[in-house]
Parts: sequence; structure tokens; C-alpha cells
Amino acid sequence: MVGEHLLEVKNLKTTFLTEMGSVVAVDGMSLHVDYGETLGLVGESGCGKSVTAESIMRLLDERTTKYEGEILFKGQDLLSLPEKKMVDIRGNEIAMIFQDAMTSLNPVYTIGNQIVETILTHQKVSKKEAYEKAIEMLRLTGIPSPEKRILEYPHEISGGMRQRVMIAMALSCKPSLLIADEPTTALDVTIQAQILDVINELKKELNMGVIMITHDLGVVAEVCTRVAVMYLGQVIEEAPVDNIFTNSLHPYTKGLLKSIPKIEGDRNKKLYTIEGIVPSLHNIPKGCRFAPRCSFADEQCRTQSPVLKETDGGHKVRCWHYEKIGQMEEKIDVTATS
Amino acid sequence: MKAYILKRFISMIPVLLIVATIVFFLIHLIPGDPAAVILGPEATPEEVEKLREELGLNLPLYSQFFYWLIGIFQGDLGDSIYMNKPVLQAFVEHIGPTLSLALLAQAISIIIAIPIGVLAAKKQGTFVDHLFMLIAMFGMSLPSFLFGLLLMLVFGVHLQWLPAAGYQPLGAGIWEHLKYMILPAFALGMIQAAVIARMTRSSMLDILSMNYIKAAKAKGLKERVVIYKHAFRNAFIPILTILGETFGSLITGAVVTETVFNLPGIGQLVVNSIVRRDYAVIQGTILIMATTYLVLNLIIDLLYGVVDPRVRLNRK
Repeated sequence: MVGEHLLEVKNLKTTFLTEMGSVVAVDGMSLHVDYGETLGLVGESGCGKSVTAESIMRLLDERTTKYEGEILFKGQDLLSLPEKKMVDIRGNEIAMIFQDAMTSLNPVYTIGNQIVETILTHQKVSKKEAYEKAIEMLRLTGIPSPEKRILEYPHEISGGMRQRVMIAMALSCKPSLLIADEPTTALDVTIQAQILDVINELKKELNMGVIMITHDLGVVAEVCTRVAVMYLGQVIEEAPVDNIFTNSLHPYTKGLLKSIPKIEGDRNKKLYTIEGIVPSLHNIPKGCRFAPRCSFADEQCRTQSPVLKETDGGHKVRCWHYEKIGQMEEKIDVTATS
Repeated sequence: MKAYILKRFISMIPVLLIVATIVFFLIHLIPGDPAAVILGPEATPEEVEKLREELGLNLPLYSQFFYWLIGIFQGDLGDSIYMNKPVLQAFVEHIGPTLSLALLAQAISIIIAIPIGVLAAKKQGTFVDHLFMLIAMFGMSLPSFLFGLLLMLVFGVHLQWLPAAGYQPLGAGIWEHLKYMILPAFALGMIQAAVIARMTRSSMLDILSMNYIKAAKAKGLKERVVIYKHAFRNAFIPILTILGETFGSLITGAVVTETVFNLPGIGQLVVNSIVRRDYAVIQGTILIMATTYLVLNLIIDLLYGVVDPRVRLNRK
């Protein structure tokens, strides 16, 4: 695509300076999001999804965090902005919803107070107008009788309602980018679908770009247009959503897809798991980071790190042997069916 | 709400009864005889015995206790043997300096400690944080009488900016009164400040790691708003507990400071009464102190509701 993306992250490297030395939580991350599209960011716990999100918002404690690379938002590098300018972008142009709605609202202020505060911070409106806007936003997220809810405290409403309040708050200033960090993980399955619908609807209405962080591939299939799979602080595969489900190239992505429990099939059969555990960030493997857990790994994988390589149609993969693995699997499939 | 307060008041009765019992018997364990103290070393045994009878000290201990309790339920704390006036009157005459000292010390400690605690939390791990916490640690380890004596030596004796000791009531003019109160209030307040500053810091640190702080920051709020509006009000809940406790201990624990600075407060009244074996004054004063402490606790509990909507009673 010619022209600029809404958000383009180039070679982002986020390093935490801890007492036990520095830890690189995100290493060479590149991704982009366009207006009106939803990018899924997928991976196991601790792979750097949330750190990526919080790096984009620059929410991490900058005394102990070092950012390298570029985060271009509407062509402007967020990493080089002073905090004073960043404050105007957060909550206004880029908004974020957090995983745990139960603890993301301040317990000592009313819901109304917390939404209105966001509006008053970024827009020149009267308090009364801000309250009307807040009620309107709550209604948009499907909260019944919002004019009553607005006077309530977070502990007086349910988890699903709280997540709706968080969405209303995040979208109250009509941001162009929404980062949703596992917005449905802490919710009941029925509520999950409703929340995803709300996000999808509002995305269309506001033509926002959305980064949907999740470890739930069901959510990805539901709402995403493109998916980036992360492993140990790196993107290892990126593709349009259909490609990921039908034609994944990286052994890790294949493993993730195989680990989804299926309703049909033998109940007594053990669920598929990827061998081994995610290594610690203090002890990152040389070469390909997935090599210790990969059954296809050879000497090259263990010593040289692969780069993220574009194959075709916007499909990118970080693997030395993805072609060979693809051919091998075809053979297996043929022998299995014949 | 009213029912809750009434319930709390009723539940104070057994506590106060226990306090009354302990105080009474503890005081009577001290060797010495008030009659002998009043009459002095020259008195003959017959004179002492006669006075003991007049004061009711010849009765068995349990009946003395019984009569005292009945008096309390009738609102009569008894009379001072030595000063020849009702205990309540003696208490009222001495409460002024103590109350003034406690209020000033509390004000000083809050004004100093809370900003320091917040700042230390904000700058956690930096030089500023370590320096403040070192001073606070030092303050906590320093006995208030020693600190009082040092202040007295520096500002009262060497610099002569303020009177080293003594007291002028508020009636003599605010400045006149404050002149005598500043040093003792600092001596007492700084020690409390150390406790409150440490509490404020750790409470702020707890809150600053909460999700809603990150969420507040993500809304684009300025650091100032995040810290003072979102973090501080939450952090204030445990600080309030400490404030209640320290204020209670300021009122009851000013004895040493009052003695050092020669303030005619409750502390001095109690200490003198112990020397004189003035049983009724000691018992009565301590009982009033205990009541004050309990009422203060109730007030603090009611204040929680103001700060924290989750513990608000009968909201609707």
C-alpha cells in the first residue's frame, strides 16, 4: 500500500533495566495497523504482547525502560515525543482497554466522574456537555439506563458492565486507534461475544484501527482482519486472518492451532500441546527462539536467527525451513488419508 | 447510621469497664499511702489513721472499687484527695495545653509527612527516596524527650528564638501561646511524621502499582492528576488509620513531652497525681483518656465512609 499507515511500528525494542540486569521484552517488533482494520496480536503469556501495547502508549516506567526503534503514529514518531505531547495523544488519539476490568476502574470515584474526566481532559466542553456525552457513550456500549449507572461506583456493577464502561471511556474521545489488551479474558463466554460485538460496531462507526491482543484464537477468527503471532518478544508470523487458519507456515503457529480443543473428536485422546515451556527472557536461546521446542529444528536453527520474511500476499514468517516443513506435512497428510 | 453509632457506643461500655478495673487495681498496687503523703513526714500514726478514715481509705479494696464504679455510673469521677476539687474539674483545667499540643503536633506531622511520603513514592529508588526514608528511620528511632531536649538546647538556650519551657494559655494571645507550643509540638510531631511518612510512602507504592493507575495514565491524564486524584485518595485510606492511631497516642502519650517542656497538661497532672498517690485523679483521667481514644476510633471509622464509597453505610 502506498501512503502512510495509521500506526507503524518499526524495529521496536523494549528493554527493562532490572536489578538483575537488563531484559529485552520486545525485540525487533515491526507491525502496522490501518484505519478500519483489526490487527490481532497473538501469543502465549509473557511473549511481549502487553509490553508492545504499553510501549505504543508509552505507559511503562521510563526510568527503568528503554525504547529503541520507531513507533510512527500518523507519521509522527511517538518515541521521540516529550511526555507533555504524549499526554495529549493518550486517551485522545490512541485509547486502550485493559484485560482486567474489575481492577481497571478507580474504586473511589463514580463511573461518570471517570468518563467525564477523560472527556474534559481532551475536549473543550462544559461539564454538563461532558456528562451528556458520557451517558451517550454508555448507551452506545449497551448499558441499560446509563443516566442512573453514571452515578454508581465500580463495585456496584458487574464485570461485563465494567468492561463496557472501560470501552465507553476509551472511545469517549473518538480515538483513531484502539488497543484492546485481552478485553474479554476475564469475562463469561456469553459476555465475551457481546463485548466483541460492541468493539466491532464502534470500530466501523469511528473507522478506527484496532489492535486486539489475545491468546484466544477464537477471538481472532471472530474480529481480526490480520494477525501477528508473537513468540518471546518477536513476531514469528504475520498474515491475513484466513491464511493463518488455513495455511499457517510457522511450526509454532501450527502448534497453537492444533492446541485448540475441538468439540467433535475423541474425548479420551489427549489434547495437543507444544513440547517444553517458554524459556525465560533472561535466557533467550541463540538462533531461532523457538528452536528448543521445535521438532523440525536443526543446526542452522540453533545457531542463526531467522528474519521475518515475506512469502506472498502479505504473509510473513520467521523460520528457516517453512517451505520444507510445508512439503513434509503435505506428504504426511497424503499418507494419512490414503 | 444512627443505629450503627449507638451500637458502637454501647460496645464501648465493656471495654471501659475492663480499663477501669485494671487501672484501679494497678494503681492500688503501688506502695505508699495518700494520707501520709498529704500530712507529710511529721505526722503521727494516729493523725494518718484519722485522715484515712475520712478519705475512705480504710475500707476493703473491693468496696472502694465498688463505690468508685457507682460514682462513675452517676457521672461522678470522685474528688482529688490532694487538690480538694472534683477530678473532672482538675481534668478540664489541664486539658488545654494537651489538646493544643496534640493538635499542633498532628498538624505539623501531617503537613511534613504526607508530601514527603508521596514524593518518596513518586521517586521510588532514587536518592531523594532513600534520603527521606533514612531521615524517617532516624526520626522513628529517636525518643521524643531527647529530640525535645535538643530542640530546647538549640532554639531555646543557644539561639534564644523561643522560650525553652513553660506555658501561656490561648487567652494570653495566639502568638504568646504558640511561642511556648512550637518546640514541644515539633518534638512530638516530628516523631509522628516519621511514622506517617513511611506509611504514606508504602501505601502510595501499593496503589501506584494498581491497574486503575495504569488505566488513568492511559486516559491521558497528567502525572499530577494521576498521583493526587487517583492514587492519593486510595492511598489515604490506610493513612487515615495511622492518623487516628497517632492522634490518640498524641493525646495520651504527651506525658513525656509535657514533662520535658513543663507544660501543665494532662500528662503532668497524671505524673504529679501518681507521686501524690492521688488515686481518684489517676483513675478518672485514664478513664477519660480511654473514652477519648475509643470515640476517636469511631470518628475514624465514620471517616472511612467519606473517603471510600465501598464502606459507606446505608447508601441508597
